Amino acid sequence: MDAILLQILNGLDKGSAYALIALGLTLIFGTLGVVNFAHGALFMIGAFCAVTLQKLLNLSFETLDETQKDFLGNPLKVETPYVEYWFGPEVGATIIDWSVPLAILFAIPVMLVVGYVMERGLIKHFYKRPHADQILVTFGLAIVLQEIVKYFFGANPIQTPPPDALSGSVDLGTMVGFDPNAIIYPIWRLVYFGFAVGIIGAVFSFLQFTTFGMVVRAGMADRETVGLLGINIDRRFTIMFGIAAAVAGLAGVMYGPLNPPNYHMGMDFLVLSFVVVVVGGMGSLPGAVLAGFLLGILESFASTTWATTTIPGINQIIIYLVAIIVLLTRPRGLMGRKGVMEE
Amino acid sequence: MLGLNKKDTSLLIVVALLTLFAPFILNPFPEGSAMAQFNAGYPDLMQRFVIFGIFAIGFNILFGLTGYLSFGHAAFLGVGSYSAVWMFKLLSYNVIPAIALSVVVAGLFSLLIGFVSLRRSGIYFSILTLAFAQMSFALAYSVLSNPKFNLTNGETGLQVYADDPQILQGANSPDLPHLFGLPMRATYTMDVGAWSFDFNAGYYLCAVIMMVVFYLAIRIFRSPFGMMLRAVKSNQQRMNYTGLNSKPYTLAAFVISGMYAGLAGGLMAAMDPLAGAERMQWTASGEVVLMTILGGTGTLIGPVLGAGFIKYFENIFSKINDNVLHSWFAFLPDGMEDAVVFLIHPFIGKGWHLTLGILFMLVVIYLPGGLVEGGQRLLKRLKRKKTDADDAPSGKTEPAE
Amino acid sequence: MTNKNVTRRGVLKSGAVAGSGLALPTIFTASSAAAFTNEPTGSSVTLGFNVPQTGPYAEEGNDELLAQQLAVEHLNGEGDGGCLNTFSSKALKGNGILGKKVEFVTGDTQTKSDAARASAKSMIEKDGAVMINGGSSSGVAVAVQGLCQEAGVIFMAGLTHANDTTGKDKKANGFRHFFNAYMSGAALAPVLAAEMGKERRAYHLTADYNWGWTQEESIVASTEALGWETVNTVKTPLASTDFSSYIAPVLNSGADVLVLNHYGGNMVNSLTNAIQFGLLDKVANGKDFKIVVPLYSELMAAGAGENIKGVLGSMNWNWQLQDEGTKAFVKSFGEKYGKPPSNSAQTCYAQVLLYADAVERAGTFNPCGVVEALEDFEFDGLGNGPTWYRGADHQCFKDVLVVRGNENPTNAYDTLEIVEITPRAQVEYDPEHPMFAGGELGKCNPGA
Repeated sequence: MDAILLQILNGLDKGSAYALIALGLTLIFGTLGVVNFAHGALFMIGAFCAVTLQKLLNLSFETLDETQKDFLGNPLKVETPYVEYWFGPEVGATIIDWSVPLAILFAIPVMLVVGYVMERGLIKHFYKRPHADQILVTFGLAIVLQEIVKYFFGANPIQTPPPDALSGSVDLGTMVGFDPNAIIYPIWRLVYFGFAVGIIGAVFSFLQFTTFGMVVRAGMADRETVGLLGINIDRRFTIMFGIAAAVAGLAGVMYGPLNPPNYHMGMDFLVLSFVVVVVGGMGSLPGAVLAGFLLGILESFASTTWATTTIPGINQIIIYLVAIIVLLTRPRGLMGRKGVMEE
Repeated sequence: MLGLNKKDTSLLIVVALLTLFAPFILNPFPEGSAMAQFNAGYPDLMQRFVIFGIFAIGFNILFGLTGYLSFGHAAFLGVGSYSAVWMFKLLSYNVIPAIALSVVVAGLFSLLIGFVSLRRSGIYFSILTLAFAQMSFALAYSVLSNPKFNLTNGETGLQVYADDPQILQGANSPDLPHLFGLPMRATYTMDVGAWSFDFNAGYYLCAVIMMVVFYLAIRIFRSPFGMMLRAVKSNQQRMNYTGLNSKPYTLAAFVISGMYAGLAGGLMAAMDPLAGAERMQWTASGEVVLMTILGGTGTLIGPVLGAGFIKYFENIFSKINDNVLHSWFAFLPDGMEDAVVFLIHPFIGKGWHLTLGILFMLVVIYLPGGLVEGGQRLLKRLKRKKTDADDAPSGKTEPAE
Repeated sequence: MTNKNVTRRGVLKSGAVAGSGLALPTIFTASSAAAFTNEPTGSSVTLGFNVPQTGPYAEEGNDELLAQQLAVEHLNGEGDGGCLNTFSSKALKGNGILGKKVEFVTGDTQTKSDAARASAKSMIEKDGAVMINGGSSSGVAVAVQGLCQEAGVIFMAGLTHANDTTGKDKKANGFRHFFNAYMSGAALAPVLAAEMGKERRAYHLTADYNWGWTQEESIVASTEALGWETVNTVKTPLASTDFSSYIAPVLNSGADVLVLNHYGGNMVNSLTNAIQFGLLDKVANGKDFKIVVPLYSELMAAGAGENIKGVLGSMNWNWQLQDEGTKAFVKSFGEKYGKPPSNSAQTCYAQVLLYADAVERAGTFNPCGVVEALEDFEFDGLGNGPTWYRGADHQCFKDVLVVRGNENPTNAYDTLEIVEITPRAQVEYDPEHPMFAGGELGKCNPGA
């Protein structure tokens, strides 16, 4: 029982990342009808927003310490971050410690701008082009973005640790009456799940309860009619692209402490997120979220010893196996609409 | 000629001449000169051009004609390679049975996957093919290479070991892939002045096969069957309303293109007897999609151009390093030299991906029809220069749908 | 056929297509005039440096490349000479190899067998390389080693740790300086016993491919010989980026040691996840919970950051060693590039020097001569102490380091501290050891 609960937690946690990326992808499909292969790259850029902020906060000046030696036997250069110099060691250290949550504030404007520029500068010209062309150009863009990041940050993963207060793990099991050590779970993973639920909730309420969201939903359903009513739907869709980019970016920022970001993390998620979107059903936002969590949970269960001894290799193929089963039993995924991306 | 109209015949002849003289065309720079870095006329790369050309031609029969975008075609290439190497292991190093089996196995495998995947269309179809291919990759990489049942040899790649049966291997036949005694690696090198040209047996085998399958592709494009496939692309519903069942046609196209992929995989193994699982990964499937779109979807020659383009960058640009750059720009004053090298540095060597990504974007932005359209525009401009009042339609070989 | 040609690649100079030439059982050239593949006839000789420049191991490859370039400099008599001054063999004089200036070409393996072979082939076919060096995974090493055997050039492996490279996939033209999974197990086990006691229960997470399996097998065998118990061995897919679902059940399994048979990005993530779950703060079976990472590298340690503190593992070499060879190499590398070299860089550097030295001693670039010179060659002064290149399987035998993540690093580079230098005798094994049996070295192939 405790093992099952543990894997459900893991699944929700994995699913959070899938759901956030898939949500953004679906927003872009649904509004602009564009297949965005650069969406994984947006996730990666988000994570590197946190890396950048961490580096900025750690900008240091060097002083030579004659008492210590570096690896070549020269006097050691001791680095003191400017932040600590300005705000005093304690406040400075706290700011550096909280760099990942702070990066959220940093990433939102950056991602909105990145999304806006991407849409106005490139994607806009591809609305009328075949999906194949959209794939090629956004894939090219994804490569360019990740190579730029690689150029500046290298290929090695870079740790972006969570704040001390939120690192480590809690024993959830004892809270609900299990033995100690039965359900130990890292705090940051719980934070990540909560954060994902919050973002998903925010996006849905934005679409559901604001006039802007209502217009966007109308535009998704029937773009021409909304246009005929004299509403500038294109501009709103551009903003939605920015929001989708921001969702992907925030997912990336918060993901950093779970697994250190590297330049190709976007590509690692790209294929998976497309599978999630399609399993959820093209154009369906609830479908994307549902499929994200579902696949996350199934993936977690497939990696248990019980599953891998029953069917060897199931942990390698579970996502794809589920995708095949869902698509063969439900023609348009879990909640897909008829006629979206079917031709 | 051969049942082709005049335009197709000349296209076929041009392609034949290009492949025949590729060793010359691809080695335009004298050996040892600074530009020799850009020479592509060495056996391995020439073989790759042709093999990936075959792969892309086959993919285009499915994608270019029917519009079904398969994201899992690399699986067929991988299966082809594995079957070819198994033939080497079990029978002999002769490439004929290996290539034959790889086509057959890939055909059967694609029949199976196509039958299931074609129940859906659009992106649902793409994801189904992707899922099958990724499953094949994951299984080949680890599960199917466990010591008890080692079908693929996993990460290391399937290869021929000295203790393999090789029941038909003669005492005198070469200990590497050969065609009735002619080793695929045999290369005759011709030196003309400062130039040196390689004529490789394996390359010419691939080239001949490519000519045959290219010819077949033209026939398919021009046949009633090809028309039917185009109908699937332009309006499948209307086609169904007229009482035609489109599925057998698309399935046939899927299997044909799967067999092309298997052939390419078999040839790869024949040129170099090793089959690795990463040939089946989604990146490999994505590569053939990119090749086709980049060259010009639905055109006859486009996919081959796209294949050449990507393989050229992968193999030539990745090998340029700072030393090479310094030797090119050695004529500049020191400071200038360093500055130029510094500016170019991010785009070569380990940065070849960046260059490729930028070129993908440029091509698709400025040449919606792919490289073929670029060629057509160039031709048009040349023609216009020659005969000012030429308002005849462009030299399009095929509308880029 | 009269062949009197002497162009670089040793080729026919006639214009006619020589059908008879094609029919010869030759491999990379049609001519039998050259004594071996790519016989260097001019004033220079070309070496091929084939390392991952894109993909997850790009940094590792970059480090290897820097070291290889340094080796070329030293061979050509530029720079401070590095290990040429400390190497026990004095055949190299800093005037190139056999008087020929050393040039090199580089390529990108992408850490894929296919791409690595394509790159190596282009070096052999186009650039006339006589030796290929580098790489950062065992799959690639085995693939390129096979190619070099067929082509008739020497392969000096870079970072490759699977037993198979000099086990069932060993080749006469291939040589491995790096240590292997068996040696990791043999070196680690006594230290583990000393630090953690003989009654431990281990839980293995293993990357699900060839290298992972051989390492798991080696570590399980050597720890069980000590009296440890293996609770479970779980395979994780190579493509995994998140290991939470594999780490979560560990605490409840009754294990008190977690062994991570992962490398590169896999290892960085699995270790980070394990720390997140707080494994190192726990007590299981009345003992402090421990994590072991059998194969360490500096770059992985950098990627794992704080998480490696106190975690034990093994290495081929470390820049903090204090012998003369190490000091000379670290000094010239550090002064040129501003950072200490990684252990894969050291392996590539040593391999290039060893190759050059073997050619000098053999007096020829002929691979068969080189093989003969390297087989059962005993040397010292390259940083690993007295080393033996065993002729039976072309594996180097030398001391193996057991290292631990440094609790108090003073700079970005001393993230690992050396716990013990395991003497060579302790990691030696019989060439017919079951973990290595099955392959055949074959005969050296000069190619022509």
